[in-house]
Amino acid sequence: MEIKSFIHKLEEEFEELEKGTLEPTTSFRDLEEWSSMYALILIALMETEYEVAITGEDLNQIETVQDLFHIVEARRKAS
Amino acid sequence: MAWLSTHHVNVAGLSGAVPKQAESNWDLPHFSEAEKKLFIKTTGVETRRVAPKGLTTSDLCFEATEALLNKLQWEKEEVEVLIFLSQSRDYYLPSTSTILQDRLKLSEGCITFDIGLGCSGFVYGLSVISSLMQSGQLKKGLLMVGDVSSATCASTDKSTYPLFGDAGCVCALEYTPTAPPMHFQLNSDGSGYEAIMIPDGGIRNLVSEESFRIRELDKGISRSRLHVALNGLDVFSFSVGKVPKSMQAFLDKHGFTPADFDYLLMHQANLLMNETIRKKMKFSPEQVPYSIRDYGNTSSASIPLTMLTELKEALSTKKCHALLSGFGVGLSWGVMSLSTNKVVCTEVLEI
Repeated sequence: MEIKSFIHKLEEEFEELEKGTLEPTTSFRDLEEWSSMYALILIALMETEYEVAITGEDLNQIETVQDLFHIVEARRKAS
Repeated sequence: MAWLSTHHVNVAGLSGAVPKQAESNWDLPHFSEAEKKLFIKTTGVETRRVAPKGLTTSDLCFEATEALLNKLQWEKEEVEVLIFLSQSRDYYLPSTSTILQDRLKLSEGCITFDIGLGCSGFVYGLSVISSLMQSGQLKKGLLMVGDVSSATCASTDKSTYPLFGDAGCVCALEYTPTAPPMHFQLNSDGSGYEAIMIPDGGIRNLVSEESFRIRELDKGISRSRLHVALNGLDVFSFSVGKVPKSMQAFLDKHGFTPADFDYLLMHQANLLMNETIRKKMKFSPEQVPYSIRDYGNTSSASIPLTMLTELKEALSTKKCHALLSGFGVGLSWGVMSLSTNKVVCTEVLEI
């Protein structure tokens, strides 16, 4: 799994976001468009695309795109 | 896992009622146009029905039941069990089902009780009433479900108010020796009890002056401790995680595949949540009807309301086989299979 394709998937889901906005170091909460709706979209995407369960608590703990990527990677390996 | 099958009980009729007054989420104050668009796209909720002050869930169920009994041509004294499943009862006590017995002019020989469940309620309620009726001693029964959620959602709380709609539905059941079985799988996870709750007003936290104080908890989220509080993210990850697992276990146990069902009828919680479950379970979009756009999340009424608004024609004219799933507040969730044959359906009444 590559972070590039991971970011591509995120940008496809976040329709309102201009393509190329997300970098591995981008902080989710710093995005102007960030809202609880985006959090729901993230949880849904991780479930359908990677079969990884992400909780609200996880999202509170993490900052950046690569933080999320690392969680998903670790949980995929563990399962 | 709690497995249960009940036999010889048929869904004879279905009816529902909603308040006349509709509110559109396009008219929400404190939301920008972009926020409204994203909210409606994600949750699926565009309009909701909102009860005027004092209109209760039991009022909606009463009107729906009068219309249904009339259409079924059932005599009032034939109804031997009435269950009212709701989290918006008329009074703290007595139970609302008992008041409905008198109001509907049912006999004194009618069993009545309330069940306090929400989103999982229709599935749970059917398990209870069909268990009571399957021996054949009770021939006719009524299961009423629904909530007036608008009364307990703070209009100043954007995390609850735009999601929930008010509705009451009634399902008429009849002992029928030839009816196919209903199969159930029911679950609970009370560790998540705080995910959807009204903190004050029960015995744990008796109502006090402090209960009424409106606090601003976040931008766009102001409510008191007598209003419902929803941790949307926790409920979301619970639902997309646990519900498909239960559905899969259910399919495996009974040797079913998605193709064995005409419909997957899910509690109308949130469009993205439900679509995530649908995709994981590999049901086609055509199998999964929605009423959430027009009515919002209508709690325990959402499955029968969807049946009435989206499937009335099919349900009333032919045999249908459906997988049902309710999930949410408790946390509580259940899966069941239901076979129907020409259900007598009324229109959704507007009160």
